[in-house]
Amino acid sequence: MLLIPCPWCGPRPQTDFTYGGDGTVVRPAEDAPQAAWADFVFVRDNPMGPHRELWHHSAGCRRWLVVERDTVTHDITGSFKPGEVPS
Amino acid sequence: MRYSFLSLARNALTGHRDWPPAWRSPEPRASYDVIIVGGGGHGLATAYYLAKDHGITNVAVLEKGYLGGGNTGRNTTIVRSNYLLEANAHFYEKSMKLWEGLSEDLNYNVMFSQRGVLNLAHSDAQYNAFGRRGNAMRLNGIDAELLDRDQVAAMVPDLDCSPSARFPVRGGLLQPRGGTARHDAVAWGYARAADARGVDIIQNCEVTGLIRVGGRITGVETTRGVIKAPKVGLVVAGHTGHLAAMAGLRLPIESHVLQAMVSEPLKPVLDTVVTSGAAHGYISQSDKGELVMGGDLDFYNSYGQRGNAPALEHVVRSIVTLFPRYGRVRLMRFWGGIMDMTMDGSPIIGTTPVDGLFINGGWCYGGFKATPGSGWVFAQTLAKGHPHRLNEAFSLDRFASGHAIDEKGAGPIPGAH
Ligand SMILES: Cc1cc2nc3c(=O)[nH]c(=O)nc-3n(C[C@H](O)[C@H](O)[C@H](O)COP(=O)(O)OP(=O)(O)OC[C@H]3O[C@@H](n4cnc5c(N)ncnc54)[C@H](O)[C@@H]3O)c2cc1C
Ligand SMILES: [Zn+2]
Repeated sequence: MLLIPCPWCGPRPQTDFTYGGDGTVVRPAEDAPQAAWADFVFVRDNPMGPHRELWHHSAGCRRWLVVERDTVTHDITGSFKPGEVPS
Repeated sequence: MRYSFLSLARNALTGHRDWPPAWRSPEPRASYDVIIVGGGGHGLATAYYLAKDHGITNVAVLEKGYLGGGNTGRNTTIVRSNYLLEANAHFYEKSMKLWEGLSEDLNYNVMFSQRGVLNLAHSDAQYNAFGRRGNAMRLNGIDAELLDRDQVAAMVPDLDCSPSARFPVRGGLLQPRGGTARHDAVAWGYARAADARGVDIIQNCEVTGLIRVGGRITGVETTRGVIKAPKVGLVVAGHTGHLAAMAGLRLPIESHVLQAMVSEPLKPVLDTVVTSGAAHGYISQSDKGELVMGGDLDFYNSYGQRGNAPALEHVVRSIVTLFPRYGRVRLMRFWGGIMDMTMDGSPIIGTTPVDGLFINGGWCYGGFKATPGSGWVFAQTLAKGHPHRLNEAFSLDRFASGHAIDEKGAGPIPGAH
């Protein structure tokens, strides 16, 4: 069981949350070229190792958070409020 | 050596001590015509059909671990071709036809057992959707039967079909020609048959880099040195994204872990494959007597090859709800495998923007059943440099051009397929 630290509620079990995928993709401008949109909708880095990803505390505070997790060891090394993610 | 009744009898006389190895273990050569990365069922099948159908035998299959140690040896072995969409229907039915002659073709018993695959419907809406899919299958020349509740109850006596069931059974869609096969035997059978035609199968050889000169592939770096080839096929299941990145490619794929489990062996109790999308679980009984069970992903990106308890619990709950009688059976083993989840739930089999580099991946939950067909079309793609009619639709560029093949209509969410 993953223990996910919600920045608002503290550590909560994985079953409280819904996964939201890669948290680094950025929505292109409305008039961006087709290729940029295809990239945004479909293409992912899918890294082996550290991954910044979105989770939704769906059975808790119902807020979104960004979690830093290793895709090989599953270790969680950080969690942030959206907009407060260090670069 | 051809396996036959005679060879069995002869070797019985010497206590089965003198069987020759089923394939060689050669040192890698400096170069090949084609390199296949990944010694699972798909990679080995590709090598076999390259040699058999296209006369290309100067081929190496490079496997970082042992043959079939990836998803081939970790899957729940369900074989079916019960798809709604045209591209899927024709491709998986080709695979099904190859399964039907595979043991004879390979001279190796892959224990293909057409015991039927039954999808349960638990509501009127689901029953009607199954009727539609069944009709589409029959129009494509694929066997399908829509069963009502009584027919399901008669076919699967252990299933709770009572009106008070948590998941009331409305009926089911049966593909009688579906079934299961012995996963290891599929890898071993293809390996032996490919080796007999001259293919070099090289285990413990991890590809660590893809060598490119001017946008064209020229070979691979491996833990056993550089090996050259003008054509390289990536057939690495959950690691397609990771390998493609070595050639600077980003893909419409997320890697996820899927778990499965088996119970202690029982006397025969279940002679078909039963799946319930609503309950998120499926079950069959192996020839050894174990109940083989699976369900959903763990639902987060993973290369870890092991999952977590919640996904397992969910599957067990679902199976015990559908089959209350199995509630006291003990679990024996569970494990996970890493799968490429694509953005439309369909595989990617074809060319890439890098000349000479080909991809066969994105198999999501269901690539075992595709093994023969996948190898067959990929061999042709590698030999000719362009896809076969049956895999044209599974191109890498279908996403950007708006031609996704989304069987479930779930949208670009990998976990949802
Ligand atoms: C739990 C589970 C249940 C499943 N159930 C079913 C089912 O019931 N029916 C069905 O049809 N499908 C099922 N699948 C999916 C199916 O197992 C796969 O789609 C299929 O086996 C893929 O075959 P493959 O040959 O492409 O991959 P694999 O058998 O995984 O082979 C890929 C190989 O590539 C090797 N490799 C990776 N990286 C490198 C490298 N850098 N260098 C060299 N080699 C490398 C790996 O070691 C591996 O052996 C299931 C999968 C899982 C995990
Ligand atoms: Zn919270």
